[in-house]
Amino acid sequence: MSGLLFNFLAVFTVGCAAGVVLNRNSVASALCLLLSLVGVAGLFVQLDAFLLAVLLVFVYAGAVVALFLFIVMLLDAQGGERKKFKGATIVASSLAGLLLLLGVCSLQAHAQLPATVGVAALPVGATLRSYAELLFTTYLLPVEVVGFLLLTAMLGVIVLSKKFEGLEDGK
Amino acid sequence: MFDFYFNFPLWIRMPLQGVAVILVLFPLAAACSMAERKICAWIQDRPGPNRTIAPILAWIPGMGVLQRLGLFQLAADGGKFVFKEDPVPGHVNKLYFIAAPILAMIPALTTVALVPFGAYLDSAGRLVPIMLANVDVGLLAVFAVSSLGVYSVILAGWASNSKYPFLGSVRASAQLISYELSMTLSVLPVFLLVNRPGGQGTLSLVDVVAMQSGGWHGFAAQSWHGLWGVFYLPVSAFIFLVALFAETNRQPFDMPESEADLVGGFHTEYGAFKWSLFFVAEYCHMIVGSGVFCLLFLGGWNLLPWLPLAKLAGLLGVANHPLLMGLLGIVIFLGKVAAFIFFFMWVRWTIPRFRYDQVMKIGWQRLLPLAIANLVVYALAIAWLQPRTP
Repeated sequence: MSGLLFNFLAVFTVGCAAGVVLNRNSVASALCLLLSLVGVAGLFVQLDAFLLAVLLVFVYAGAVVALFLFIVMLLDAQGGERKKFKGATIVASSLAGLLLLLGVCSLQAHAQLPATVGVAALPVGATLRSYAELLFTTYLLPVEVVGFLLLTAMLGVIVLSKKFEGLEDGK
Repeated sequence: MFDFYFNFPLWIRMPLQGVAVILVLFPLAAACSMAERKICAWIQDRPGPNRTIAPILAWIPGMGVLQRLGLFQLAADGGKFVFKEDPVPGHVNKLYFIAAPILAMIPALTTVALVPFGAYLDSAGRLVPIMLANVDVGLLAVFAVSSLGVYSVILAGWASNSKYPFLGSVRASAQLISYELSMTLSVLPVFLLVNRPGGQGTLSLVDVVAMQSGGWHGFAAQSWHGLWGVFYLPVSAFIFLVALFAETNRQPFDMPESEADLVGGFHTEYGAFKWSLFFVAEYCHMIVGSGVFCLLFLGGWNLLPWLPLAKLAGLLGVANHPLLMGLLGIVIFLGKVAAFIFFFMWVRWTIPRFRYDQVMKIGWQRLLPLAIANLVVYALAIAWLQPRTP
């Protein structure tokens, strides 16, 4: 049963991800991205990572893709035709894809996964505390650094996109 | 008595329970539309729908009361939506045009699975919540699923391929995303209180109700457990309330469909059954949203502060009957939800609609800073006042 579900979710996720790239209409692409994210959330649920699944749906499917759609609609109400890929893009992306494939293959061939996963000992659902403890101890610095990077990116976008005419310099 | 039911395999029981809850929720949402018409009529001092009745039923004495309450108007409206011709305008993007109302129903009906609506005592004396899926991430899951509702509005507006729906859906997506932030921030103090030091960490709505169902212990610090959230988290409750109005697109926040300047907003091009699906989805969101508010801030299935359900059932002598006690809890909870929905309607027919710039200003410049300040103050106060050891 769970194997069947995994196969279905995996095919669904990858198929929708392919739809994101292959669709001509950018609104349809964004919707494929949405479905693909929901599929990944389903895979997380199969791993008993409920919090991750819910957060993925809440943040990415619920807000980020909605913002994508919002921007697409603002820029071009019809969804628009997609630009043709450039040669360099095709080469670079196929290289990246090959690298990823190599990585997955080598992981499957060589990696040793721990036989028993420690989380299995916990009662179902009592995982929020372990997430929180890891976030505020081991991974505190990386989380802060990523947050700072995002803040910098946001400031950069504001500076780049906002026109500062009519302020003190312009007069 | 119900052993035969619990002997069914899980894959039969779960769909059955789900269908049962939807069968209750769907007519409830439809009934809300009639309640809305009657309440707006009373507020505006007119009788409202009071004529419709089937000819055969009119001969039965006593039916006049139901007739004047507009109960048969509800059936007539429902029938009309089913039998009406379902037009699809020629200029729309058909696939997405048809998908949008379906997408509206999915999150609206899914969130119910995550909301507890009653409780009973099992033979060991523990309080068991009545709900479809008791997940630990509780409220977060409700938020996550209901946040998907924005896509139906976006798609409806975009697929309609005309100006008013498009403007309506652009407004709607901006509004829904803006108020989601304040809403999420406003409930954090609740969970700061629920999660005592040393606990395993929970976001479950059941635990929030458990926190609000204590008895009266005199004027001791212990007694605040019997109080409801709205008394010690008034700012949170207020922010959640305002954000709830915005998230359910209710007046004064019904920007997406403001009929004065946008005809009907995102559903301008819709008619017949597809339109009624949007309508029912909005009421489902309202019912679930009211339910979550009642659980977070109004004590869930507890009748009065300091009178938890278990105690009330003991007083009434039904504590040993899981069925009766469950019914009692559900009735109390639904009563609160109904009162809250009345409040929704009362506000709708009293307060005029905001302008769009006002909506954005309230969301980002007033509500969000207030929510953040509220969170910081409560976090500091809880860190200072809460005892360290459990």
